[in-house]
Amino acid sequence: MHKRYGDKRALDGLDLTVRRGTVHGVLGPNGAGKTTAVRILSTLLRPDRGRVEVAGLDVCAEAREVRRRIGLLGQHAAVDEELGGRQNLEMFGRLYHLGARGAGARADALLERFGLADTGRKPVKQYSGGMRRRLDLAASLITDPQVLFLDEPTTGLDPRGRAEVWGAVRSLVGGGTTVLLTTQYLDEADQLADRISVIDGGRAIADGTADELKARVGGDRIDVVLRDAARLREAAALLGDGVVVDEDRRRLNAPAQDRMAALTRTVRALEEAGIEAEDIAVRRPTLDEVFLSLTDRTRDDAEVAA
Amino acid sequence: MSAVTVAGETGTGRIGWALADSWTMTRRELAHWARQPVQVVVGLVFPVMLLLMFNYLVGGGRGVEGDTTEFLVPGMLALTMAFGLEGTMLAVTQDLGKGVIDRFRSMPMVSGAVLVGRSVADMLQSVAALAVMIGVGYAVGWRWHNGTAAALAAVGLLLLLRFAMLWVGIQLAMVAGRPEMVQAVQILVWPVGFLSNVFATPESMPGWLGAVVEWNPMSATATAVRDLFGNPGAAGGTWASDHAGLLAVAWPLALTAVFLPLAVTRFRNLDN
Repeated sequence: MHKRYGDKRALDGLDLTVRRGTVHGVLGPNGAGKTTAVRILSTLLRPDRGRVEVAGLDVCAEAREVRRRIGLLGQHAAVDEELGGRQNLEMFGRLYHLGARGAGARADALLERFGLADTGRKPVKQYSGGMRRRLDLAASLITDPQVLFLDEPTTGLDPRGRAEVWGAVRSLVGGGTTVLLTTQYLDEADQLADRISVIDGGRAIADGTADELKARVGGDRIDVVLRDAARLREAAALLGDGVVVDEDRRRLNAPAQDRMAALTRTVRALEEAGIEAEDIAVRRPTLDEVFLSLTDRTRDDAEVAA
Repeated sequence: MSAVTVAGETGTGRIGWALADSWTMTRRELAHWARQPVQVVVGLVFPVMLLLMFNYLVGGGRGVEGDTTEFLVPGMLALTMAFGLEGTMLAVTQDLGKGVIDRFRSMPMVSGAVLVGRSVADMLQSVAALAVMIGVGYAVGWRWHNGTAAALAAVGLLLLLRFAMLWVGIQLAMVAGRPEMVQAVQILVWPVGFLSNVFATPESMPGWLGAVVEWNPMSATATAVRDLFGNPGAAGGTWASDHAGLLAVAWPLALTAVFLPLAVTRFRNLDN
């Protein structure tokens, strides 16, 4: 897929293949081209170049047929905020030509399924973020789509709303729906996706399962914050290969594949050297680190060879 | 696998679908009204307020030979139809800013149905506004003198102007894009509204201004409607005022012919 807006290349030859019945995560920072890709896949936008098929159908030539087979959950709630939940779902059901009765029955079933049955006539604008997303998701599932697009489904939600949406997405998997999920959060892709494509600058820069990607990044890391900045270099030497020094925050960061062993080893080494630590923690690599590592930008950082 | 499947499409079915989708979208607008009765009432009361204000306070009808109220009421009807542009524009810009339009566009519905829903709802609103204005006009002493058929023809011309302004409004809304831009238009409609024969005859204005005013589409409708109602109007003698009936049909049709296809095409390619 290629798409440019003026001078900016939103998509620069993005190539994606998603196996039927799986959840595919598209991971990338803001501006990587995630939303543009979803808008092309869901027929809202035409690609400048490239061949795009959804459910075996060309999104440009057979847009209407594609639309009958997809569901879309965009970044912003794609429901009518002035109307109630049931009114919304019934309206969408009518637009899928389920008939007045069919649309009503479908609306009731979906409200029940997503825990929105008792919302009554309350307009959607009075819903909480999580409720709104669930209604949005329900609206995306009116016709049990073959392919479901979820564009950053939890961005802007509080942890509770996030958990609600994750739960709802999980309940879909196994129903045979193919899901394409975009996200900025590694843990979200980790939790929900079978495979992940990492995209940056409008193209895929890595592809694999969550474990494969993490292995490429180098797995877990240990963070050490020192009390005395003067001893950073000394402590860095104790931490072994691949240490990153952050002078401003008096922080060291090193690979910690063996997690607990690395933690014990570090605590002991610092103690023996008489270096006082303010904080020590083992953590997952962040999305930043996945990116930095995948795009080789780490070279530009202050990296110290032990 | 699927519990629910979407029915297939055939030739005749397609027209039925277009109608069904348009009706669903019209219902959506009606549901909005039901949710916001106050807004609906304000929309109906505002032109009435203008009418009463100009009739009793401002004293419109400069240069009119005859009853100024009889001159003013048909003009205000035309003005109300033309100003309907604002309402359409506001509704469309607000709608476009919402994600729900993305959902509509990603569904297998007939793409023009969203606009048809908008236009049917706006036309219904305009019929209601006209009915209220005509009622109030009657109460303040305005009458039609050429029988029911001519009066109905006048109402037809007014609605035709509204229909044209509807598509101008939809297109402007899509070009402007943001609700803030509507404010600019809401201010600009006033000079355009006053650059007409709604409040004063072109003969009472400087020559060049009178000529501009006579060619305002709103003036054509106002003059044609005054003739049909048998109310006092322009003194005549210029091509535009002598052919007001023709212009009152031609202007809206021309505007619609330009703006309707533009609006539909633009809506279809909203993102591209």
